[in-house]
Amino acid sequence: MAAPLLQTRDLSMHFGGVRAVRHVDFSLAEGELRCLIGPNGAGKSTFFKMLTGQLQPTHGHVLFRGREISDAHAHEIARLGIGIKTQVPSVFDGLSVRENIWLAASRIHSRAQTKRVVDEMLERVGLTEAAERLVGQLAHGQRQWVELGLVLATDPELILLDEPAAGMTHEEVLKTAELVREINRTKALIVVEHDMQFIRMIAKQVTVFNQGSVLVEDTVESIMRNPQVRDIYLGKQAAA
Amino acid sequence: MNARALNLLGLGLVGAVGVAFLVLVPRLFELDVVLELTVYMIMAILALSLALIWGYGGILCFGQSAFFGLGAYTYAIAMFNIGESTIPLLLAIVLPAAFAALLGYFMFYGRISDVYLGVITLTVTLILFNSVNSTAGPEFRIGSARLGGFNGIPGIPPLNFPGNKASPIDLEGMFYLATVSLILTYFGLRLLLASRFGRIIVGIRENERRAELLGYDPRAYKLATFTIGGALAGFAGCLFANWGNFVSPTIFGLAQSAQIIIWVIVGGRGTLIGPIVGCIGIQWLTTALGANQPSGGSDWWAKIFANAPLILGIILIAFVLLVPKGLVPTLGDLGQWLLSSRGKRAKTRLEPKRAEEG
Repeated sequence: MAAPLLQTRDLSMHFGGVRAVRHVDFSLAEGELRCLIGPNGAGKSTFFKMLTGQLQPTHGHVLFRGREISDAHAHEIARLGIGIKTQVPSVFDGLSVRENIWLAASRIHSRAQTKRVVDEMLERVGLTEAAERLVGQLAHGQRQWVELGLVLATDPELILLDEPAAGMTHEEVLKTAELVREINRTKALIVVEHDMQFIRMIAKQVTVFNQGSVLVEDTVESIMRNPQVRDIYLGKQAAA
Repeated sequence: MNARALNLLGLGLVGAVGVAFLVLVPRLFELDVVLELTVYMIMAILALSLALIWGYGGILCFGQSAFFGLGAYTYAIAMFNIGESTIPLLLAIVLPAAFAALLGYFMFYGRISDVYLGVITLTVTLILFNSVNSTAGPEFRIGSARLGGFNGIPGIPPLNFPGNKASPIDLEGMFYLATVSLILTYFGLRLLLASRFGRIIVGIRENERRAELLGYDPRAYKLATFTIGGALAGFAGCLFANWGNFVSPTIFGLAQSAQIIIWVIVGGRGTLIGPIVGCIGIQWLTTALGANQPSGGSDWWAKIFANAPLILGIILIAFVLLVPKGLVPTLGDLGQWLLSSRGKRAKTRLEPKRAEEG
């Protein structure tokens, strides 16, 4: 078996007495698309923050292509090729859509290249029309697209998406699912999502988080049938 | 490309006003006015140094006067020891920049939060004030320069043409030097802000975490910005020491450091022309109020209007509460609103809707 792209060993994060993530052993192959599900507070976003250097794990290891990154700075990890779209869109609100994408593309491209890459990316995420508008004035769904464009413009090897379909209309969700599949042709992804329809559209392999640990890991079909998962997650959602 | 045309128009306008000012002032006014305007130009360079690091870099520095004062003292001390002004001028830029770099390194790499950054920079300038203030004795000397403590250093030799000790720059020459320096600083900063570096520091101001997640190291960019700001403030300090041939510890004081912030708040953060306008306007007002000293038994109102700090305080509060963006950005918004509402009216013949403004 080929070496994994990303691996965590015994990864844990404690906030005072709260153990947000506990002993997580996780592995992602090159080019894989993995969905992460779990109820609120299961530790998914904390897990993402440790993978991207926004939090230093209490103990355990994160390995990216065999290289230890658990104590690296966020910008160093980004330079190694991990990009993240955060749960609440993290964008440059006071700047135009074009400037946002430019800032991302400019990190890896030369001046002349950047201009071309920005135009292509605006086209790809459907924001050419809105290019000169301030991001802070856009609707939530469109800001999600801006952030996706930012992440893609840095051309990462692994892309983490934290609830990419949240706040989107049905058409936008379909478009996002299509884009995720398209990205997956060349890149690996981990997607956190609550929208089960969206997960069915994109997922093959699913990892279920509960109370900070990995509950189960299986294909999307068996996860849907798993009574334990229904109990902790789907059952609750149905009840709500 | 409308925005670009507007941008070029603005640049052209600033350049034209600058050149007209440079040419006309010495021909139209007496020497005392020229001298007064010279110090406005020097202070405007200082205002620009904070406009860069606070307005664009998002670094709230309460102690920009530290670098200004260091520049002035460095020039004075080096001048008494060397006698020819080329090296003292360079030292007055390099030393404050190095000090800013060292201070910035500990603040940014130590991940000091914004509020504490303000506290630390203010403390630094007050420490410098107190230290220099207490060097009055004859034992406090660097080479042949006496520090003079609270008495300051009088009789600082003026700048001379590079390499030629025998031809010092006269008062009118100082006006030209200060004005040209201000114009060059303005355009230099415009170039810097249009460059990749400038766009990235604005990105970091907008969202530091996002910049980090894209692979930029905010600490390094902030340090570089802070250092450039320190160098500029030091240069302004050098010119200031030349202007009055005198420097005293009040240059590090609370009043001086607060003033720089007021210029930027009144003129507008996130612009360069704003802090220049704010700086010149407030200094002019301070002088006008000061010149208006009431004599003997004049009435109550005259006394209030002669109290410059009181009036300035009221202006600052009024700006923070009513015009929080500052003069220039607010005028810009107003102009844009008038333009767009006229356009809309022409198209639809309906009253403009204010609610559409974001």
